[in-house]
Amino acid sequence: MSDLIIRIGGEGGEGIISAGDMVAEAAARSGLEILTFKSFPAEIRGGYAMYQVRFSKDEILSEGTGFQVFCAFNQEALDKNRSQLVPGTVLVYDYPGGDIAEEVKIEGVTCYALPMSKIAKKDLDMYRAKNMVALGALSFTFDIALESLKELVKEKFGRKGQAVVDVNLKAIDAGAHFMRDNHKKTDPYKMGSVAKTGKDVIIISGNEAVGLGALIAGCNFLSCYPITPATEVANYLAVRLPKMDGTLVQAEDEIASLANVLGASYAGAKAMTSTSGPGLSLMQELLGLASMAEIPCVIVDVQRGGPSTGLPTKHEQSDLFMACHGGHGDASRVVLSAENVSDAIELTVIAFNIAEKYQTPVLLLTDGSLGFRTESIKRPDPRKYSVVNRDRFKAGGNGDAPSKYLRYKLTASGVSAMSLPGDAGGAYISTGLEHSESSAPSFTPEDHARMSDKRFNKLASVVDFVPPPEVQGDGPADLGVISWGSTLGTVREAVNQARAQGLKVKALHPKLVWPLQEKQIKAFASTCKKILVPEVNKQGQFAEILRGKTGVDAISYPIYGGLPFSPKQILEKIKEVLK
Amino acid sequence: MTATAEVLKPKDYKSDIRPVWCAGCGDYGVLNAVQNAFAALKLSLYDTVCVSGIGCSSRLPYFLKTYGFHSLHGRSLPVAVGIKLARPELEVVVFGGDGDLFSIGGGHFPHVARKNSDVTCIMMDNHIYGLTKGQVSPTSTPGMVATTTPFGAPDTGSVNPLAYALTYGASFVAQSFSGNPKALSEIVQQAIMHEGFSYVNVISPCLTFNKIDTFDFYKDAFVDLPADHDKSNLVAALDKAFNPPAGKVYNGVFYETQRPTLVENLKKVNQKAKADKNRDLNEFVEEFAI
Repeated sequence: MSDLIIRIGGEGGEGIISAGDMVAEAAARSGLEILTFKSFPAEIRGGYAMYQVRFSKDEILSEGTGFQVFCAFNQEALDKNRSQLVPGTVLVYDYPGGDIAEEVKIEGVTCYALPMSKIAKKDLDMYRAKNMVALGALSFTFDIALESLKELVKEKFGRKGQAVVDVNLKAIDAGAHFMRDNHKKTDPYKMGSVAKTGKDVIIISGNEAVGLGALIAGCNFLSCYPITPATEVANYLAVRLPKMDGTLVQAEDEIASLANVLGASYAGAKAMTSTSGPGLSLMQELLGLASMAEIPCVIVDVQRGGPSTGLPTKHEQSDLFMACHGGHGDASRVVLSAENVSDAIELTVIAFNIAEKYQTPVLLLTDGSLGFRTESIKRPDPRKYSVVNRDRFKAGGNGDAPSKYLRYKLTASGVSAMSLPGDAGGAYISTGLEHSESSAPSFTPEDHARMSDKRFNKLASVVDFVPPPEVQGDGPADLGVISWGSTLGTVREAVNQARAQGLKVKALHPKLVWPLQEKQIKAFASTCKKILVPEVNKQGQFAEILRGKTGVDAISYPIYGGLPFSPKQILEKIKEVLK
Repeated sequence: MTATAEVLKPKDYKSDIRPVWCAGCGDYGVLNAVQNAFAALKLSLYDTVCVSGIGCSSRLPYFLKTYGFHSLHGRSLPVAVGIKLARPELEVVVFGGDGDLFSIGGGHFPHVARKNSDVTCIMMDNHIYGLTKGQVSPTSTPGMVATTTPFGAPDTGSVNPLAYALTYGASFVAQSFSGNPKALSEIVQQAIMHEGFSYVNVISPCLTFNKIDTFDFYKDAFVDLPADHDKSNLVAALDKAFNPPAGKVYNGVFYETQRPTLVENLKKVNQKAKADKNRDLNEFVEEFAI
């Protein structure tokens, strides 16, 4: 088989996530592609935690649909996933001697009892090794990189001493041997390995990818305020920015974070902040200042369920309206959204390039499930990215007398050379007040109109600066799917399946969500009889923006349960719309 | 601090933008004192950044020829900190009023102070919102009658900016009067010279909207801090901040101490980080290799 999804559920703190990460890495070493998906409670300890790994011999586009194998560490995990244990799936569960009191029998479901707690406690005298017992059993039963797993244990635990290595290896063997000796394999799931193709692969999470992208782009300043699910971006950069002579500070709130960023960028830094929806709402007034004063900056919003504190650890794409329209007055900005982990690197670099080139705030939207998930991706080469820096003022360079520097000079492109403090002859007042070309306050009708035009018109070419949205499928179609953010990957998978079934479906995958690449969107829509817009928010936010900006008659397909789409959901909707 | 090579007179720091302040506003005295202080310190026009929020006093950077940043209401301090962290060699001076720095921006002050962020903050205290034509501010006299408090402000207390600054860890705290530009200029110079967060509370009366805290009230009220005041003693400074002689207001430096600044501490962070493994982009990518 080429594709397998294993989900592990249990109590937060039982080592589910670390075990999941290990099997994912071991699988990637044996040549498989992996994509992980995590869901954990908002509480620090306790509560239901879930980790899912999708293994494939081919490129993985999304989290996939449901699972083939579920491993239950306790009764709560079993109960929560009971409805998804449908005929054809496999259950591996902690029994007897664990939290699950009764033997489980479900029609059509292969149920393997594995006394993981008992083996860890009684045989190994180390309860914390329960996760490794489970890993050994899963790895053996479904033929996922058992040898790589053992190698990895030796490497990861080697620092902690041979005794730790031994107990973990023993736990893996105990799990594997229990399955070998007590169950006859009756399910069809065997992953196997792939002949090494010489692929140079890394495993990285969405939040780390944003951090790495920022470093590649030359970011040297980050001010943050802790917020789930964005904190890992700052955690990652807190270790690396100082090594690159950069600065990372934790501010007193998100308002101060963006204010720090604007001050730093005004003084010449390539500056960013990372936050989630509640933080972005606090930053709205400063976003207006960044637009008015034309200060380059990057704001990453790792979206979560809202409004208010909402569902802080769950998935949602509901900050789009705020990102595109939020704030007071007519405030220009650019909004990008990332599809997957590779995109998170690429688009962070593009976000900085746009911020610098156009002297504008740029928002990059990711989301909680993308932020936390890890993927095996092709190793990026930092030298291969082009990095753009802002147009700097040179004394007399604009043909001005040195004392007549015009910070907001009206130019054909709308972008004016920017001086930095320390530049002789370049002094000006960066300002949130409407101003003349020199930056002096001016409230004349002429200045407000022409400066508003400047701030918006300079962004006209952003639609060409960002690569055009990819079209999946060709020719005329009965249905075109347009989506955004991490839903794109799920759409790709669903559309592949639909096309394989002979349906005339295609898809468009925009990464620039404000301003829209209207030309390409309209051209795409003109080849489709209907347009479907799936997204994870209540209001159908992207569908509304599409209708308003392109006139495309979008059929909105919003879901809002705190979980991402599955390919199956989208495929079923495609079929329903085509009926 | 970067001194300029050419000799600048106070008037050389003044821009050609005309102040928007009412005739007789206390802020003119502050502007004059600041120009004098900049000239006395030989500050460079290009390596000095004046940052402000919103309010009458926050217009001050426009009237100077240095670099400036007129930001948002209440946000001058974090903007200034961003500038200083990105470019520690710049001289960063914040100007603002009592509403800007102690009401809407009051949440930033404690953190800028406790981190000893190396900026100078000059607060022009007129005990009123002037730009919005007369409402009570955090430093207004309790019970003051103003446009939104026509029956008297129900507030039973006001902020004591000096005690506030001292309590949250400002490493330099002083007070002066816009009606005495010479004394004010000297204190502003000391504040700028100070390494770390320095705070100067300037009583700067609003003639138009505040009929309580007037020039007449203050002109004889100012007295110098006693010669034996120990400005290295925080408790003594707090005592002076809370207990001026009846009907009097102190002029002088309440408190001054040396502590590592935020910039210095971040330099140490960078040194520690660099001593660790993995120092360039390729090594950062390698961390994720399987």
